[in-house]
Amino acid sequence: MNIIKTQPKSITTDSTKYCPGCGHGIILRLIGEVVDELGIRERMILTAPVGCAVVLYDYIFCDVVECAHGRAPAVGTAIKRVHPDKFVLIYQGDGDLAAIGMAEIIHAANRGENMSVIFVNNATYGMTGGQMAPTTLIGQKTTTSPSGRTVKGMGKPIRVCELLATLEETKYLERTSINSVRNINKTKAAIRKVFQNQLNGIGFSMVEVLSMCPVGWKVPPIEAVQFIEEQMLNYFPLGVYKDTE
Amino acid sequence: MAKKAQVNLEKCKGCDLCIGVCPTGAIHRSGTSNKKGYNYIEINFEKCNGCGACYIICPDCCFTLIETTGSAR
Amino acid sequence: MAENNDTGSDTKRVLMKGNEAVGEAAIKAGCLCYFAYPITPQTETPEYLAKRMEQENLIFLQAESEVAAINMVFGASAAGARVMTSSSSPGISLKQEGISYIAGGELPCVIINVVRGGPGLGNIEAAQADYFQSTRGGGHGDYRCIVLAPNSVQECYDMVMNAFDLADFYRVPVIIQSDGIIGQLVEPFDMHPYKPMFEKLPPKTWALTGCAGRKPNVVRTLYLNPANGLEMHNRKLEERYKKIHSELRWSETYNCDDADIIVIAYGATSRIAKSAIKKHNTNGVKVGLFRLKTLWPWPDVELVEIAKKNKDVKFLVIEMSMGQMLEDVQLSLMDVVPKKDILFYGMGGGWNPTPDGVYEKISEIINK
Repeated sequence: MNIIKTQPKSITTDSTKYCPGCGHGIILRLIGEVVDELGIRERMILTAPVGCAVVLYDYIFCDVVECAHGRAPAVGTAIKRVHPDKFVLIYQGDGDLAAIGMAEIIHAANRGENMSVIFVNNATYGMTGGQMAPTTLIGQKTTTSPSGRTVKGMGKPIRVCELLATLEETKYLERTSINSVRNINKTKAAIRKVFQNQLNGIGFSMVEVLSMCPVGWKVPPIEAVQFIEEQMLNYFPLGVYKDTE
Repeated sequence: MAKKAQVNLEKCKGCDLCIGVCPTGAIHRSGTSNKKGYNYIEINFEKCNGCGACYIICPDCCFTLIETTGSAR
Repeated sequence: MAENNDTGSDTKRVLMKGNEAVGEAAIKAGCLCYFAYPITPQTETPEYLAKRMEQENLIFLQAESEVAAINMVFGASAAGARVMTSSSSPGISLKQEGISYIAGGELPCVIINVVRGGPGLGNIEAAQADYFQSTRGGGHGDYRCIVLAPNSVQECYDMVMNAFDLADFYRVPVIIQSDGIIGQLVEPFDMHPYKPMFEKLPPKTWALTGCAGRKPNVVRTLYLNPANGLEMHNRKLEERYKKIHSELRWSETYNCDDADIIVIAYGATSRIAKSAIKKHNTNGVKVGLFRLKTLWPWPDVELVEIAKKNKDVKFLVIEMSMGQMLEDVQLSLMDVVPKKDILFYGMGGGWNPTPDGVYEKISEIINK
């Protein structure tokens, strides 16, 4: 009996703190697969955000820095400049990147920092129990938009890929999803592209991943997958929003 | 030689996402829970064709895809 | 442990502004990264370093905000580099969360605060009203930063070099508490080569450099489990701060052996006060000066010694604030000097004392 596929070597945990059906777990494995395939674990420096993924260092076997909420792009900027030969991966959630850290991600992108960003968009603040995030959909109920997000007073969800695409120094921007096997495979390809860009010195590359947060959305995992299919994909179309080819 | 999926029951959190994506309906709930209290799944080996869909969707890396030498268990 | 800055042969006598001298000192001390943001009255530092760091092929970056800048300091320090940032009061307030993370992460760095009038937008006059903020940690949680207070362009230069060594030696943030006067002051000083304070600095085995050939390093400040993990971390930091307090109290005295009045001051006010003190001394009035060079750790032991040596002495604390260091003076002397003998002469809002003003204040006390 030989093993065709099992947990990627650079993933060290046998059990994460993520909730059942949480998308972070899938993305974590995809990162592990790509890191193993590219053989970059030993030169990788990863920023952990404030949010559900804050204890990434318990899951990935590489150097990790835990950043203040929203500041990973600034921290990563400095690390990449101190160690231009190392691989810097910025991992952020939607509250981290698109709310408190919006200035940091825009300016890191605008400076064309040669780093890879994985932006997990699950339309809520998961760690703190499901509050409204900048990407929460109109009408979506959260603990801080109890009768559903309204445009009046709360604005519309922010489309980050489209926003950053206007910054000419961004080199690759793609939005994918992990709500189906096919989309997960496409997410892995996008992660590989965003990693490869950094290794080739192309510049700022980001993949925005629509991800499930069953506990935050207060639905079983199976319905969370449908929520992306039926709701999120309409407002957050998948696709490549910037590429150098 | 047959490709199969194996599952580590202690890691399963009973999210059932694999049940939905298995093309041959080889996965079902076991009805019992593991040490952490999660209702874990079971694989029907005969039905499993080792396609790996479960491995791809699983948020907790519970599955291992193997190639059995000789008869399937 | 006194700071040693003896001048070697390749020392030049140079005329420079305080805000520029700190930049040159950083480069000579091996600072690799500097993250800036414009704010009066410190902007000469980023302007100077923008030119010089380009010449030296170092890492200069003007960030989008002071918040981003301090987090870049966090990243560069976590990556093992010597790193500095500078700002002035409102910008330093924005950096407080980052400084708390840097202290919690046991990361070395140098932060220059050219203090201006506050609160709020305040004004661009020199002030000393950030004393509490700098000496009490400033951000959330129990931590301290070493705080050095230069009162000349020479000390701007020397103390920045010392700051890098102290930061690496103790793995704490080091603040240079300058002010609008010291920062804008132009005077000659000895631009000597960098001379390390310590023979050996602890190697940065904890730095993030890619885990080839070793276990991964993690720089973090979150301690969820075990439940008392953060408590143990705080105990460890407290031990370090006690050690720093026992080893690093810098102060200077002038005429304090037999004095009726002793002025306590630091930074710009200490020099202004000294002119008035000298004038009184020529008139036979016994006035001395106790000048702090480290605001944290506070030189309490030295002050108590002086108080014991001078029976019935009165202390006159002079600050460009509503009285912040005053509290540390009262705290240190509470068993030694009656509170009524600790007097205060100061004002916030960018007020600056004059030699004559100090002279008259001392005369008032003498004549009472």
